[in-house]
Amino acid sequence: MIDIFQINPGLWMILAGLICALVPKGDTFALVRKVFIIGAPIFAGVMITQIYTSQEVLAGQITIGGLELTTLRIDNLSMVWGYLFCLIAVINGIYGFHEKCRITDSSALIYAGAAIAGVFSGDLLTLFLFWELTAISSVFLIWKGGKRAYAAGIRYLALHVLSGVLLLAGAIFYAHSNGGDYSFNAIGTDTLGGWLILFAIGIKCGFPFLHMWMQDAYPKASITGTVILSAFTTKMAIYALARGYVGVDILIYIGAIMTCFPVFFALIENDLRRVLAFSLNNQLGFMVCGIGIGTELALNGVVGQVFVHVIFKSLLFMSIGAVMYRVGTAKASELGGLFRSMPITAVFCLIGAGSIAAFPLLAAFVTKAMIISAVIYEAAYNPGLYVIAAMLLFASAGVMEHSGIKVPYFTFFSHDSGRRVKEAPWNMLVAMGLAALLCIVLAFPWGGYQILYSLMPYEPNYQPYTVDHVVFQLQLLFAAISAFCVLKKFKLYPAEKRGEILDFDWTYRKLGLGIMQWIGAMWTRLSVQTKRLRERAIESAGRRLFQVFSPAGAMSESAPSGLAAVLTAAMLIIVLIFVYFIR
Amino acid sequence: MDILSLFPAWLLEQGPAFVIVLPLLMGAIVAILPSRTLAWWAALIVTLLCSVTAFGLLLQVYSEGASLYTMGGWDPPHGISLVVDALSAPVLLLIAAMAVVTMVYAMPATIAEIEPKKRAPFYAAFLLCFAGLMGMVITGDAFNVFVFLEVSSISTYAIVAMGAARDRRALAAAYNYLIMGSIGATFFVIGLGFLFMETGTLNMADMSRILADLDGGSRVAMVGFGFIVVGLGLKMAMFPLHTWLPGAYAYSPTMVSVFLASTATKAALYLLLRFTFTVFDPSFNYDIVVVKYVLVGVGVVGMIFASLQAIFQTDARRTLAYSSVAQVGYMLLGVGIATAAGIAAGYLHLLNHAIIKGGLFLAMGAFWYRFGITRVTDFNGLSKTMPWTMGAFMISGLSLIGVPFTAGFVSKVNLTIAAADKGWWWAVAVIVVTSVLAIIYIGRILLAAYFGSPPEIDGEMAKRNEAPLMMLIPMWILVFLSISIGSNLFGLGDNFVMASERAANLLVGIGG
Repeated sequence: MIDIFQINPGLWMILAGLICALVPKGDTFALVRKVFIIGAPIFAGVMITQIYTSQEVLAGQITIGGLELTTLRIDNLSMVWGYLFCLIAVINGIYGFHEKCRITDSSALIYAGAAIAGVFSGDLLTLFLFWELTAISSVFLIWKGGKRAYAAGIRYLALHVLSGVLLLAGAIFYAHSNGGDYSFNAIGTDTLGGWLILFAIGIKCGFPFLHMWMQDAYPKASITGTVILSAFTTKMAIYALARGYVGVDILIYIGAIMTCFPVFFALIENDLRRVLAFSLNNQLGFMVCGIGIGTELALNGVVGQVFVHVIFKSLLFMSIGAVMYRVGTAKASELGGLFRSMPITAVFCLIGAGSIAAFPLLAAFVTKAMIISAVIYEAAYNPGLYVIAAMLLFASAGVMEHSGIKVPYFTFFSHDSGRRVKEAPWNMLVAMGLAALLCIVLAFPWGGYQILYSLMPYEPNYQPYTVDHVVFQLQLLFAAISAFCVLKKFKLYPAEKRGEILDFDWTYRKLGLGIMQWIGAMWTRLSVQTKRLRERAIESAGRRLFQVFSPAGAMSESAPSGLAAVLTAAMLIIVLIFVYFIR
Repeated sequence: MDILSLFPAWLLEQGPAFVIVLPLLMGAIVAILPSRTLAWWAALIVTLLCSVTAFGLLLQVYSEGASLYTMGGWDPPHGISLVVDALSAPVLLLIAAMAVVTMVYAMPATIAEIEPKKRAPFYAAFLLCFAGLMGMVITGDAFNVFVFLEVSSISTYAIVAMGAARDRRALAAAYNYLIMGSIGATFFVIGLGFLFMETGTLNMADMSRILADLDGGSRVAMVGFGFIVVGLGLKMAMFPLHTWLPGAYAYSPTMVSVFLASTATKAALYLLLRFTFTVFDPSFNYDIVVVKYVLVGVGVVGMIFASLQAIFQTDARRTLAYSSVAQVGYMLLGVGIATAAGIAAGYLHLLNHAIIKGGLFLAMGAFWYRFGITRVTDFNGLSKTMPWTMGAFMISGLSLIGVPFTAGFVSKVNLTIAAADKGWWWAVAVIVVTSVLAIIYIGRILLAAYFGSPPEIDGEMAKRNEAPLMMLIPMWILVFLSISIGSNLFGLGDNFVMASERAANLLVGIGG
């Protein structure tokens, strides 16, 4: 008999997702699905508490085709991700309670289940399986975004399937160089397989130049879809990094670049969901950098950061989603003044914004400081890391600028767009309220952040609420706020124009950030140019292939028997040459 | 429980002869049967009896070892012997079982495709083809192989041509196949002639012994080897010699393409294994050179080219046909690795691919049966009009690609591991690339079926029109088998892997 504690808890959610896919359409049945979508993650979470002990648990070994797979491994590290994913799946479930869409429900469950199962996988092949499943199940959430999302979904799927294939190839190479051992532990970059796996993970967590799918697909998905998507895929990749690549130096630099470059794009972007996608990328940079540092403090910071990040990022996406649900758009230029009609959502959005910007008493304050401190401590041995620390500080200010101020300001304040809509539906408010509460609790100085500490893999002894730190952080944030105010002042000067993003940039240019703007524009232009070139190249290659292989092509001309006979003779000659002359 | 004890002793004793003689004799009788339904029943029962016998023989091989049956009591090398061992028994069972599956499907399909008065002869020809394939696999006499090869080939030309009632291009395809097949058979028999000259015997075991004594033999044996490899290569649609295959698969009656795709090329591949590894010996330099360079070379080139060609086909059955050519490449690659693991992987892919392709062609036949569909563009919305059939097609398609928990995954992983162990990393890359190509050519069809909407007929959406149960049952049996092998339900996966390992061990001489 199968022991249910041997089963990967993610599989329960996948099962629930499959059941949801079979539940017929109709309102009463929608309720059944909602029971599953909220109940399954809770059940999975309970299963994790049942299985988890303070030691590493390895279970669920099965043998397929001569390979021993370990389908379940729960230890201090994977447990955090497991709980987090269950928690956020529940919140997402509540947020999407109003939506009566069978495809969204089932694919959201399968997707979250696959992410949990992937995190709990004990070997690279199981990881590969769920790695691909997250890609395949999540693409339906993107496709639900309408016609515009179809092509983005295909691009997303292609890139993620490629990532999976690379992971598989890397796993095979790695196991080969490692004596046929597929177990998923520290991998490192000593082998070719290690590099391939790193590349595969890099696609999933948006390393620079591999990140485009995120800003491409996330803003085009459905409202609930974006919220769900933002939670799992990238964090699963961060887990894989934290498991396999702790202390790999190159990650420090990759992470630092990841934190900085999205800042500029986020500032000039008009679509607020896209702004959030850029800031997601930026936040991932902090985690990647922390994993690269690899000290106990840094890893604690990363684990904490992942935990709170998922919550406040979801909160931001949820609040913008709620606005989009009521207003129908998430374009900064068409929003504004909504605090009058959606006051509660506005408050939640501000809490999320404060959290991402690391205001004291709000979520990221503790964890982001841990990562930056870890970099600075390490810099004592390697002075080059001061540059990295400076980049991270700059990025923190940048986060304040685009996510902390820009998103709530343009949505809820700014010029009144004249739109008067209803407050967000109750279920959305409940979901956002839960997330906002967590944002506050997890940074609460008296007994709050200690909860977060209890999840961390090493014993944390970092004191976040010191006078220096609070004051320093406040200085940084207020500098960012005043910069924003000054810019707004200049910007308001010409006339009462709508908050067109392009005008907004003009003020930045005045303050010397013009170069960055120019680079941004050039980048766009370059990518447009190369896109044309790229497309032309692909098209002509496609045409060539078509001309050769299509039914009307050269290869397929219905070969007359005579030609075939000649081919046979040629084949015989080749074989005979080999038989006689090759030794 | 010992299943073997349930078989009567006489059946196991006479089984090797029974599986050839019964379909041969019944072929003649079925041809003159007055009632068409009776003909179908007769053919079905014959294939059923043969597969039960083949199953018994397989169990017997695993419990008691290989057996040698002497026709008429004449001992080899003078008499004809039939050999049932770990290499031939699984292929025998495969052919017989696929014949049963095809026959069940044939009931509705032939009614739609074959003119009434030709149906009894059609079943007769099918039985002859079946007998020929069984004979090719079981016989231990090299000339007998040629005879059975011709028996199966000639009847195949006839049943391919009967597709003319549905699509006139079947005639050209059958003619092309006739010419090419005859060239292949001629090459094979020329090769045998050379071998006979060299060794003075036609019995395979005897030949092998004499060749070993001659230390591989003179140039005559080498030339004979070349002719035999090319002749069999043609029969198994080895890459540049595959031109007969797409037409034959695409335009023959649907049940014929099911049967051909899952058995005919497989029997030829089995013979190639027999000749290159047991009659000739890989320790002969000329043998291993051809296996390692020529077979792998054409296999790999075929994998890539045929997959690309499959992508651009407009006719879905031709897509599948080109995919078959590519899959033969996988098997050749496995054979060419020439280690026990490599051959086992190739052999496993032979078995798995028969099951997968059988399922795909069955679904394809059902699409044609209901809607007359063969073009990829006509697949729009089929998931709504024929959900069960399309479901079977999808799972088989995923299995062809090599998605985990399906049969295709098991054999591809084994093949990849075998290639990696040999240090052939480029081969691993080729397997990955062609799997991606498979995603494209199968995905293209699945996308149309699952994301397109059904066509409108007179302003109304096409209604749901599922295939008849007689088609769905065999289809889903194969799908179920494919999943069972992939996820090791009922230990099927382990059994298949074990069967392929035993066959490979027999060939590389680790005992059998």
